[in-house]
Amino acid sequence: MYTIQGKTGDWELVIGLEVHCEILSESKVFSGASAKFGAEQNTQVSFIDAGFPGMLPKVNEKCIEQCVKTGFGLNAKINKFSRFDRKNYFYADLPQGYQISQLYYPIVGEGYIEVTTDEGTRKIGVERLHLEQDAAKSIHDMVPGKSLIDLNRSGVGLMEIVSKPDMHSPAEAGEYLRQLRAIVRALGTCDGNMDEGSMRCDVNVSVRKVGETALRARTEIKNVNSVRFVMQAIEYDAHRQIDIYESGGVCRQETRLFDSVNLETRPMRSKENANDYRYFPDPDLLPVNLTDEYIENIRKNLPELPEAKKKRYIAELGLTPYDAHVLTLDKETSAYFEAAIVGRDAKKVANWVMGDLFAYLNKNGKSITESPIKAIDLGALVGLIQDGTISGKIAKEVFEIMAETGKDPASIVEEKGLKQTTDTGAIEKIIADVLAANMDKVAEIKAGKDKLKGWFVGQIMKASQGKVNPALANQLLDKKLGEV
Amino acid sequence: MTDLVNLHISEALDLLNKKEISSVELTKAHLAEMEKARFLNAYITETPDRALADAAASDKRRANGEALGALDGIPIANKDLYCTKGIRTTAASKILSKFVPPYESTVSQKLKDAGTVMLGKVNTDQFAMGGSTVTSFFGVTKNPWADENGEYTLVPGGSSGGSAAAVSAGLCMGATGSDTGGSIRQPASFCGVTGIKPTYGRCSRYGIVAFASSLDQAGPMARSVKDCALMLHEMAGADQFDSTVAELPVPDYTAALTGDIRGKKIGIPREYRPDGLNAEVAKVWDKGIEFLKNAGAEVVDISLPHTKYALPVYYIIACAEASSNLSRYDGVRYTTRVDGKTLDEMYENTRTDGFGAEVSRRILLGTFVLSAGFYDAYYTRAQRVRRLIYNDFIEAFKNVDAILVPAAPTPALSYEAFKNMSPVDTYLGDVFTTPASLAGVPSLSLPIGLSDKGLPIGLQVIGSILTKTRFSKFLKYWKNRQDLI
Repeated sequence: MYTIQGKTGDWELVIGLEVHCEILSESKVFSGASAKFGAEQNTQVSFIDAGFPGMLPKVNEKCIEQCVKTGFGLNAKINKFSRFDRKNYFYADLPQGYQISQLYYPIVGEGYIEVTTDEGTRKIGVERLHLEQDAAKSIHDMVPGKSLIDLNRSGVGLMEIVSKPDMHSPAEAGEYLRQLRAIVRALGTCDGNMDEGSMRCDVNVSVRKVGETALRARTEIKNVNSVRFVMQAIEYDAHRQIDIYESGGVCRQETRLFDSVNLETRPMRSKENANDYRYFPDPDLLPVNLTDEYIENIRKNLPELPEAKKKRYIAELGLTPYDAHVLTLDKETSAYFEAAIVGRDAKKVANWVMGDLFAYLNKNGKSITESPIKAIDLGALVGLIQDGTISGKIAKEVFEIMAETGKDPASIVEEKGLKQTTDTGAIEKIIADVLAANMDKVAEIKAGKDKLKGWFVGQIMKASQGKVNPALANQLLDKKLGEV
Repeated sequence: MTDLVNLHISEALDLLNKKEISSVELTKAHLAEMEKARFLNAYITETPDRALADAAASDKRRANGEALGALDGIPIANKDLYCTKGIRTTAASKILSKFVPPYESTVSQKLKDAGTVMLGKVNTDQFAMGGSTVTSFFGVTKNPWADENGEYTLVPGGSSGGSAAAVSAGLCMGATGSDTGGSIRQPASFCGVTGIKPTYGRCSRYGIVAFASSLDQAGPMARSVKDCALMLHEMAGADQFDSTVAELPVPDYTAALTGDIRGKKIGIPREYRPDGLNAEVAKVWDKGIEFLKNAGAEVVDISLPHTKYALPVYYIIACAEASSNLSRYDGVRYTTRVDGKTLDEMYENTRTDGFGAEVSRRILLGTFVLSAGFYDAYYTRAQRVRRLIYNDFIEAFKNVDAILVPAAPTPALSYEAFKNMSPVDTYLGDVFTTPASLAGVPSLSLPIGLSDKGLPIGLQVIGSILTKTRFSKFLKYWKNRQDLI
């Protein structure tokens, strides 16, 4: 178990995450304006989003569907009855003066996410998922002395997914977040881009002495926008809290901000903590009543979830749990992988994807969807090795050319004449030449220095420009050495 | 020449269709009357140019035999709570005093589509909060009914006081009103006109400045039941922009006005006749009961046991919703703004300057009842009692077809009297109207008699939810103020 050793003993961490996921939908949750990210400021705004007089919200059914889908992804209870509440507070980027949310009756209830770390696999509880609207965006640094508001984000649908305080290490929290991102991406309910803010995380963390059962006061760290930052923020704040306790102080419940430059958390102004949100049911909206048929219909049409996919990769494709995990972290990777393995050895394809392909993509800052090598071509490359057309060594060379040109491997092999030689006569000739040029070493082998055989194979490969099947070369080398 | 400003809508339509009058003539007559009656201050904004253009277009349609709306050529006014595209919409407040909506409310659009001619925007209590039209930033509206000295010293009621006064004084043929706790029915009684608060969810609230969303309902005000029926038919109906509107067809209300109410049962709830009920009001109520009996209806005593809780429950719920609904007027976008050193200070300055005392009072009340620690004691409990009040009506309508009660506890009050009342005393004026609001049931207010001083007194006919056609049979019986007063 992960603990932090303090001066007075070992401490454990109690971590819960509140994750806001922007819902993938054409339009916003209560208006017809586009919900697309990245448009020019204040161009995707209806009168509803701008809080004009007499404007009324109307629920976008697509957002309801996305919440139900995500609920299934979280192995959670779908609530047939849910209702909207208003969360009242004043801020310049909140045009209505309240946020429409679901406090009392969320659309999705309890569930869990399976999280695998070095310490094993654990189910991390999900408390709830509720549907709410996003606020607009304040821009404080564009015009000195003024704050600007971009209303494009105002009213975009959000799923707030609240975990139970079930996590105990930064790694576990990081993995929960990665897994959650994989789930929403697989379902197509959120694009999970933390750097664009379409997935945002508030972290609740407290510490306690190992063995204690009660919870101590927690810190809420707001808006931490990457998995790495989440882990760093937890690490920092846990140590900060332990230092306070160990120097005789007491932590109070507070809201802090993560400073990703100095890697520390600092308190928010106390005024920002002092809100009474005066929640009450929104009288402009009817409750959401879902029928069994509606829920069942969504369940039937769900895509395969990462967890199920991972299990299938292990059971049916024989992948290691680690490989299966890595290949199911996002749906683009698994889609690529599955397109590449048709008719091929899945384990070998997995090695190529996670080895050469990932290395190439990382080096060139590309995502898998931007890969110059098509999945079907990477599969074909593995196929060429499998059927003995080329050696693994030549394959690396072919891979480089594929990455450079985007061509399929068969035509590259053809054009460059990289086909493996299977003509034993020709190979025997090469072997004979190599042996003849190195009679001293032949003598050493004869004298019992067997290790030199590997060196001869290397020479043979070199002389054939790698086109000889190494197994065949070995076999023929033995034969030739016997004849010498 | 016909007295164009005292016609009913139904009569004017008849004359228009017979081409005895034109919409332009009708509109000009009303514009002239509006000018004469400026001292009443019924209108916040007059739109004569647009009115004349609309009227001319209507006349052209009629002359060319083109398709006509159900109210083609009829001059009306909109309560200044209805957003009208390109025409200032103030909610009678300072904070929205410069607001020109870039959109049209659904109901005013429907009336426009029906061919009506808009004369302007009429006064109201600020944000529809009040029962007197005294809280308007644009000054009080005077009741066109003079006091015993012939002076215009009386309030028109509210919040739809501008609508009621304009209809009563011949400054429009009909007007839109809105009713949250009696804002159509009480001014109708004070000014001697007819008004309907439809079933909650009958008319779209889209584009109407919100006061209390679970109670606000648009409705017509006119000089006869039939005129209200004609208007409501055009105003009601499903709307893709308001999810609280009933998705039901709109019945032909006028066709249901048969006048035959023989054998119908009318409930008289005993809780509405407390000790100390105003004697003149009681007398008019008895007169109404007699009318119905004489027409062959059966009058029965009933009980609506939770009536006495309606007023406090109403003020908790309405203020709670208002405190949230009015948060958007914050100085950031389209309202007036008074700057401050910080954002919070700007809010404070803007809202202190932009809202009148009554609006501020209700925002504070609403904020209080929703606050942590008070929410359950006030808001949650009020919602529970609201359900009991609703159940009272549901129970009653198992046995009766309609309920007859007073519309207001008194005839129109004087400004003098009003000014000296505490806020709570003024709230008591809603005692007869808030129960139907909380239950969401439809209620019509119409003039039945006069007080000793010759002021109109109205009664409410309350119907069951969405059974307007059933209870509208009664309404034919109450024809109009000329017949009855």
